[in-house]
Amino acid sequence: MNSLEFVFSGARLHALGSGALWWPDQDLLCVSDLHLGKASRVARRGGPALPPYENRDTLARLSTDLNRTGARTVICLGDNFDDIAAAETLDENDRQHITTLQAGRVWIWIEGNHDPGPVSLGGAHLAEWRHGGLQFRHIASRGSRGEVSGHYHPKVRLLARGRAIARPAFLFDNRRLILPAYGTYTGGLRSSDTVLSDLMGPDARAILTGPQPRITAMPR
Amino acid sequence: MIDRAQAPATLLIAPTGGGKTMAGFLPSLIELADGHEGLHTIYVSPLKALAADIKRNLRGPADEMGLPIRIEDRTGDTSPSQKKRQRVDPPHILLTTPESLALLTSYEDAPRMFQGVQRVIVDEIHALADSKRGDQLMLALARLQTLCPDLRRVGLSATVEDPDAIARFLARHPDPCDIVLADPGPDPDIAMLQTTEKPPWAGGGAAYAIPAVLEQIRQHKTTLIFHNTRAQAEIFFHNLWLANDEGLPIGIHHGSLDRQQRERVEAAMVRGDLRAIVCTGSLDLGIDWGDVDLVIQIGAPKNVKRLVQRIGRANHRYNAPSKALLVPANRFEVVECVAALEAAREHDLDGEPRGPGPRDVLCQHILIAACAGPFDADALYAEVTSAGPYVDLSRAAFDACLEFCATGGYALRAYDRWQRLQQRPDGLRQLRDPRAAQRIRMNLGTIQDSDTLKVRLKRNRGGKPLGEVEEAFAASLTPGDTFLIGGQIVRYEGLREMVVEVTRRADKKPKVATFSGTKFATSTQLSERILRMFAQPDWPQLPEHTGEWLDLQRRMSRLPGRDRLLIESFPNDGRENLCVYGFAGRNAQQTLGLLLTKRMEETGLAPLGFVATDYATLIWGLDAVTDPSPLFQIEALRDGLDNWLAGNAVMKRTFRASATIAGLIERNTGGQRKSGRQATFSSDILYDTLLKYDPDHLLMQITREEAMRGLVDFGRIEAMIARIGDRIDLIRLDRVSPLAAPLLLEVGKVPVKGAAEERLLAEESARLLQAAGLPVE
Repeated sequence: MNSLEFVFSGARLHALGSGALWWPDQDLLCVSDLHLGKASRVARRGGPALPPYENRDTLARLSTDLNRTGARTVICLGDNFDDIAAAETLDENDRQHITTLQAGRVWIWIEGNHDPGPVSLGGAHLAEWRHGGLQFRHIASRGSRGEVSGHYHPKVRLLARGRAIARPAFLFDNRRLILPAYGTYTGGLRSSDTVLSDLMGPDARAILTGPQPRITAMPR
Repeated sequence: MIDRAQAPATLLIAPTGGGKTMAGFLPSLIELADGHEGLHTIYVSPLKALAADIKRNLRGPADEMGLPIRIEDRTGDTSPSQKKRQRVDPPHILLTTPESLALLTSYEDAPRMFQGVQRVIVDEIHALADSKRGDQLMLALARLQTLCPDLRRVGLSATVEDPDAIARFLARHPDPCDIVLADPGPDPDIAMLQTTEKPPWAGGGAAYAIPAVLEQIRQHKTTLIFHNTRAQAEIFFHNLWLANDEGLPIGIHHGSLDRQQRERVEAAMVRGDLRAIVCTGSLDLGIDWGDVDLVIQIGAPKNVKRLVQRIGRANHRYNAPSKALLVPANRFEVVECVAALEAAREHDLDGEPRGPGPRDVLCQHILIAACAGPFDADALYAEVTSAGPYVDLSRAAFDACLEFCATGGYALRAYDRWQRLQQRPDGLRQLRDPRAAQRIRMNLGTIQDSDTLKVRLKRNRGGKPLGEVEEAFAASLTPGDTFLIGGQIVRYEGLREMVVEVTRRADKKPKVATFSGTKFATSTQLSERILRMFAQPDWPQLPEHTGEWLDLQRRMSRLPGRDRLLIESFPNDGRENLCVYGFAGRNAQQTLGLLLTKRMEETGLAPLGFVATDYATLIWGLDAVTDPSPLFQIEALRDGLDNWLAGNAVMKRTFRASATIAGLIERNTGGQRKSGRQATFSSDILYDTLLKYDPDHLLMQITREEAMRGLVDFGRIEAMIARIGDRIDLIRLDRVSPLAAPLLLEVGKVPVKGAAEERLLAEESARLLQAAGLPVE
């Protein structure tokens, strides 16, 4: 499996090349910012009709990660849906797909700024969740420890022998871990943006996603 | 022109400065003298500046004739209140651009505003006919013709190789179009600039020619110094300024400079205050600069027709020859300049016929029609097929575009609830959400700028705007870096709210701002002339140094020929290089680069990237190519094209342009772009998604079609294959050859994302960890 093991707040975690976080000791897989239903939300608001395939693509990738890891617990770390209406008008096939993925698993939806409040899908709906010494919430809060969050869609850009390479990335320091966005229709915010460089400590590291995840010092 | 005033369409072809714009207006002034209510004549030009210029020039004759007429311009720069008033109370003569005209047709009150329009004058139609802006204009004219059945069309064109094609483009189908050819005047006086210093082997700066160029400026009243790219214009201006000991007044003008800066230069030019202007294609078109008596072209002209049109900028007195000098930037360009010069003297203009009107422009036109109000599909189809570029459009192709605008046209019908266009019970189609009209108008137009950021001097409350640089270039800067803009060196201080802030504290050698200005491919005719020249035993028409340089290439390797393909392989700077001399023009050489690197990736040769020029493709990688022969199986190149192209950067770039024009991607969504960019995602993701789930989607078809005739230009690769057959010469050298040297300095390198990138990433991430004192895990 293309993953990279690292230790965060005493937990032995794996960053997967897909952008998912795998915690083998807890049989737990965590993904953030799926933004399901983004295309339908844009169209609903009078915007262009984007290719309506992003839900099936996001869910297919999630399905692959679940099969490979055999995770028993799944945490979707907020902005799981592009808005509440998008969650409620989800295509029947996508709904079925989610139900299939949920079968036999503990499934936790953490709410995000795009999807506050519960949606009519199985699983627990929580604002945040503590488990095994870690704290899962959508947006990082100042002063917390052992916190796993999403929201910022971090990406990292490196210049290697004159070549600029940008990839979605995990960011972590001794207090917090921020996951990259997992959804197909998502962009990224550079780690050098002041929002992220203010949030992350001086020892922050980044793990770049891709065919082979790579760890590096977080570019600021 | 007066004799033909009643003809439905007339095309006037005259050399630059033949007074043709005034000839185009004369019938309008005569008709207006008899009195007219409302809008009478619409003048369309590709340049905003031209509209303002014409307004000045037209005022004089109108006043002389004692005509109480209103003449106003309307462009992107016109104030909102003025625009609003123009819609309520239009002037007699409206001077505008294709985009502003298309926007006007999108309003519900368009029929009232355009009521009674008699004439439309399309200036610089030869330039518009080569672009999607022209296609959009012809669709707008089709709309206008429906609103104003009496509309007569006049096109004004510079010298072109195929006047009939422009006439078909202009006229409403099947109206006839008269072609009026003005006296072309005396032949231009073109020569190579004589310099004491020899041009370098490589490089595009032409710095060696600075003293000679300064001497020419001194000897003439006003000199226009044309460059092919904005970056080259910046470097040249910088060097010219450093050498300008007498302080001759010299300005710079190109599309990336701040508008106010450009207007100042234009005004100084009109007043005759400047002795020279360093410029790019931004001055290619029609503004009458008065006293220009010399045109200097720096760098190879790429295209004989464009060279002839540029030369026409000098000397607007009709019976005097225009004077021009060519300045090659390096030895290879000497050959190209001499070839172009010979072609210009022989009146051998080049040009490739353009294909049918592109469907992405049609999609936008359908959305514009919907903004104006409910429409009937049959009527719109009839109207569209009266436009020259869309005469052969099938109903099925039109319906596919209509379906795309309505539902996205996906195999998975997901948007029945959220259709953009819906059909009413009476059969007409209309926007489902009226708010969509505003979004469509904001994204109107076919000009594709790359993403740019504004550059300002750093001050407490926003300093002076200097111009724009590309976002990718801005991202490569770290505070303290310096670069050139508008001829001055500035120091990068930081990025604030998507504005690049700079100071004048320049203490380092500048990086050069990278601008993506259009790159033209050298025409087939010109390439053929160069290859014919290479076949000569010696070169009496070339300067001695260039003859010697070609001789050296012939001894060290060999010269490319018309019926053989030369490939050189050599190490340079820690990388392995492969240089393929196809002489197929920049775009086709680029495609060749994509096809070859793809094969190299498959065979484990770890290519890192390539760069293409008009005559060759240079590929570099980590590993030496010891046996290149499997890469050049021509049949395999041809067979695999479709699959190979699917995933590459050129296709994604083409997709991005077409998807933006067709309305799938919105560049403007209202409000300023925020620094929190995570909300937007790259158009590459849309392309990848369609490729995976809906590869036959309309936009994928359009992308393939566009790429094949544009950036891919596979036609010229096929022509090259037909020319060379299996006659391929592979030559291994221990260092770069004279002919390959210029490619090492070429900009526009295309990265190959493959195994080599993963290797680089591993190196660099480990290095950064170590540098930061963090453990390597």
